[in-house]
Parts: sequence; structure tokens; C-alpha cells
Amino acid sequence: MAVTAFKQESHYDIDRWQPSSLNVGNVERWLSMLGGGILAAYALKRRDTTGGVAALAGAALLYRGGTGHCHLYEALGVSTAREPSYARGTGVVADRGSDTRQQLGGARGIHVEESVTINKPIADVFRFWRNFENLPSFMQHLESVAMREEGISHWVAKGPAGVPVEWDARIINEVENSVIGWQSLDGSTISTAGSVHFDDTEHGTRVRVHLQYNPPAGRLGAAVARLFGEEPSQTVREDLRRFKQLMETGEIPTTDGQPTGRRKFGAR
Amino acid sequence: MRAVCWESPNNVRVEHVPDPAILNPRDAVVRVTSTAICGSDLHLLDGFIPTMESGDILGHEFMGEVVDVGSRVDNLKKGDRVIVPFPIACGNCFFCTHGLWSCCDNSNPNAWMAEKLYGYTASGLFGYSHMLGGYAGGQAEYVRVPFADVGPFKVPASLSDEQVLFLTDIFPTGYMAAENCGIQAGDTIAVWGCGPVGQFAIRCAFLLGAGRVIAIDTVPERRRMAAAGGAETLDSMDSDLFSTLRDMTGGLGPDACIDAVGMEAHGPHLDYYYDKIKTMAMLSTDRISALRSALHACRKGGTVSVPGVYGGWLDKVPFGAAMNKGLTIKTGQTHVHRYLPKLLRHIENGDIDPSFVITHRASLDDAPAMYKTFRDKKDGCVKVVLRPH
Repeated sequence: MAVTAFKQESHYDIDRWQPSSLNVGNVERWLSMLGGGILAAYALKRRDTTGGVAALAGAALLYRGGTGHCHLYEALGVSTAREPSYARGTGVVADRGSDTRQQLGGARGIHVEESVTINKPIADVFRFWRNFENLPSFMQHLESVAMREEGISHWVAKGPAGVPVEWDARIINEVENSVIGWQSLDGSTISTAGSVHFDDTEHGTRVRVHLQYNPPAGRLGAAVARLFGEEPSQTVREDLRRFKQLMETGEIPTTDGQPTGRRKFGAR
Repeated sequence: MRAVCWESPNNVRVEHVPDPAILNPRDAVVRVTSTAICGSDLHLLDGFIPTMESGDILGHEFMGEVVDVGSRVDNLKKGDRVIVPFPIACGNCFFCTHGLWSCCDNSNPNAWMAEKLYGYTASGLFGYSHMLGGYAGGQAEYVRVPFADVGPFKVPASLSDEQVLFLTDIFPTGYMAAENCGIQAGDTIAVWGCGPVGQFAIRCAFLLGAGRVIAIDTVPERRRMAAAGGAETLDSMDSDLFSTLRDMTGGLGPDACIDAVGMEAHGPHLDYYYDKIKTMAMLSTDRISALRSALHACRKGGTVSVPGVYGGWLDKVPFGAAMNKGLTIKTGQTHVHRYLPKLLRHIENGDIDPSFVITHRASLDDAPAMYKTFRDKKDGCVKVVLRPH
């Protein structure tokens, strides 16, 4: 049944998202930021058509610098990013051509993209997520996440029949108050990657999450598939709702444990 | 403790259930001194609102004494006497911080259910179906109050329970209904439904400057109560209601209309039987004679304000009338928190004594009988107050 679920989920547009979308080198990123800033400042002074064009170009350069991702480069298949120059992990294996990247590259696995807007400053929201150990407090399929050495984390998910599914992941992209990306280490039991983008909006901090799991074949694969239930996007949406509730109110509303007159089976 | 539990359609019972406890740091537990049966509880009673489960504790109009507070509630202490707004609001989300308390983003643990039906969820409510939170209600000896640092509102000892209890729902609901009419001095306001909310809407319309209020109901004693509040009254079974209203307003129509009836309206026309059959056949969710009538009767450029509760998809809504006459439609669950200080002042000043609406007082154990009396509008019943202790 779980295998069928994978096939059904293949309509998710997984090619749109790559676990590591960095294809711009560090020096070039700084230059992009600088150039983008200058253009944006110019645009603000000139409020005519030229200014508008400059603003758009400036914004594109700022994005490119900020995220290390260039759509043009992607389209051309070019990357100037030195590997693994941006990695915060051990850098044992280069990300391009890694197991995880290859396994998540095709039209397989579970891919989910969801977003939520949180009425809290971007720095608070970023800081909470950046500590991966907080994730299980609102991500229902996770048992625990433990931060190991710099950039490496150990993830334990709730498997079926009480058997946990475990893997190690590392941060492969981090721009403070903007983006965090991670992926499983090569040779992990499952291939997984995720990223979360943070944007400041008039209604609060917009959080956009991309999660991807590529379950291995066999029984373990079926177990991983079940982590997210039949509707992975609904599962992630509920996770993000709890994240928002926790960030905004400091708690997750519940009715578990309240009185009810419901008669338990066999109680009377 | 004892609590009024919904068992099945048209069947409520008083059950012995466990006492509520603090479940979250912002919770409080309140010992209920007075609680009321709301007209909207009748939509639950007969199963018109979906996602009720056997054993659910009813009640969203209640007040009492704080007996326990969670670690993050620092504005309340044991012994405080509070009224509790019926919508549960976190006070932190975009909606709460914009005064839209009944649209709170965070207080419904079953938000996904409401999202399936409504796109987005409103706030959680006490004792009002699982779709709207599944919270145990206040027709009980004790009740757990989430986000207790935001909702409960302390009331002075100089005012009796009966004077302040209705600040939890029907008084602010009537007030918001009138406020939504955008009343200009001297306006004529027509009010469909002279139940408790209608009664408060009538009085609040006058408070806000209305010159005339025309109140419409089938039940004679409710019309009498409306007349005591200064309204002219009409029978909603009058088949010529539209022309009567037109004639009473010099051919203009009422400046604003309030539908304080909601989803289980009765009417004299064929459309009532149409709705009745469709809802019985599960082809429709709401009977909307009152809303149709209000949209039809309202003057051009006027406002139709809807405090009445609707559940789902409405059939044969005369939206053409609304569009072509340029009507404004305003509705919503009441943002109770927004109105409390102002309305408490009106009570303290003696502008209004909300206890006028009470016709029945009973103990918690009498609740099942009182639900029936209220539902059947027997014995002149307009408002029931229960005293659990």
C-alpha cells in the first residue's frame, strides 16, 4: 500500500526543488549583494521607469547574493560555488554528486512544500528553527533531534511498531534570518533533505518549508512512507500550525485530558 | 463534578465527569457560579451543527470564581470573580492584535476540520462542536479556560451575576449587531428574531442612536419583551411583512436589518417548506427565511447585519437583491473581548440592566428540562440561567 502511495505522490513537482540550490560562489555572492544594494539605492532615488528596472535588477542580485542561488546559472547548468565552500558540516563528502542528492534528484519520494505566516519577529522565528532540537516539539513524526558536532545532527523519527528510524543530517546552507537547508549524510538509512526560508512580510514572518524524503526499498521504505501519512502536505501543514501556535502563544492548544461525559467502551 | 452533556440529537443529560485540570501554562480553572443556555445551543441540541460527539459538555455563557491558574497567567489569582468571553482568543496572532478576537488563528485545536468547511478556521469556542475546538463548555460545576490571561474579565462585586453574565455573549452580540448597522441618528432598524440576542440588539440600536426599531417574531411574549424595550413589533408569520415594513417606513424600507434568527428560521412562505425539506433530505444545511426576508426588505444602500448563526451552504439567497440595491452585509461571531469595558460601563451607569431578559432560573440538574422548554418556547421562556452550585 505504501509503495502505491509513492507512485501517487510522484505528481509532486520535485524537480523544482533541489536539496542544495547553491550555484553561486562566495566572492560572486558578495559582489551580487553589493551590486544589488547599489542598484536598489539608486532605484529608491529615481522613482521612474529606469528606477523600476534598477529596483528589479537590484532585487534579483540581492536574492542571488543572499541565497547563493542564481536562476540563470541553474538554467544554464552553471555553478561557480566551490564545493563545499558554503557547508557548515564536516564537508567529508561534496554535496554535488552525493548519495543524498542523487537519490532525491529523480521523480521519486515524498516531496512537500508548505508555508505559514507567524506574527513574530523574523529573528525569533529563525533562532527557534535553527536549533533543530526544537523541531520535535511541533513536528509530530519526529521523536528527537540531537545536535552533534558543528553542523551535524542526529534525527530520530517515530517508526511503525515502535521501531524508530534514524539518520544523520548536516546543514548545507545557512543565511541568518533567511534560509536554512539540510540533508542526510551519505549512506544514511533514508535520504532526506529540507529547507526553510524566512521572509519578512507586513503580516509577520513568512516561513516556507520544503521537505523531501526518499525512502529505501523494502520494509523500511514502507515505514518511512507511513511517517507522513496518506497526505504528507496535510501532515506538514499541521506541523507548521503547531510551530505557529508555539511561536505566537508559547503553547500548543489542546483538549487532551479535559473532562467529557463520553462513555468508554465497557466502562458502564 | 456534574456537567450538562450532549448525548445525541435532542438528548442532553447531566453526567458525573472528572473535574477539569490545568493542561497548558496559560489555562485557568473557574468554579462556575452562573451559566446560561444560549439560543445557539439549540442548534447543537438538535444536531444542526456538525461534529458534536456523545458526551460533549455544553455551554459557552458562564462566569464564576478562579480556583486555579497556570504558570503563565499572571493577571488572575484564585478568588477573582470573572466573566469569560465565549470565543477563545490567544491575544498574540494577527487577528487578535487587530481586534478580530473571534477570528483567532491559534485557539482551535481542530482547525483542519473547520478549514475543510470554511477555508480558514475561526477561533475555538467553549462547548460548541469539535469543528470549533472541541472544548468542554461551562454548563458544569467547573470549567477549564484556555488563554486565561486574555479572556476572563474581572467584574466588580457591586454587580450581581445576573447583571454581568450576559457580557459573555448575548449583550456584546446584540451590541455588535447594532454597531454593524452603522446607525445614523434617527435611523429605522428592523430586527428579525426577538430571542435574547434580538432583545439586546433592539436596546443597543437605541443606545447607538436609532430613532425607531421594528422587531419581528412569531412568539407573543417575546414581542411584548421587545415592546418593553421600545420597539414596534410585527409577527413574522404575517405573510405581508414586506409591504408592512415598506408602509411603516414611508415606502423607503428600514435603513438596516438585523437577522438575529439564523439557520433554523421559521416563515409563512413556500421557501420555508423548501428549506425544511432540503435540510431534512441533507441537501441543504440551513433554513434561511429570516435572512431572505431581511435582504428583500432592506432599503437601497442599507446594511444587513447578521448575528444569527449559520452553519454551511445557504440555498436561494437573494443575492441579486443585495447586489442591485447596493447592500452592505456584515456578520461574524462576536469579538466579545473588544466590547467588554465599554458595555460594563453601560451596566455600571445604569444605561441597561441585562437581567431583564431572564425568564427562568434553575439548577444544573434541571438543564435537560430547561433545554426542552427553551427549544419549544414554552412557558414564556426567553432566557434560562443555571446555578451549578
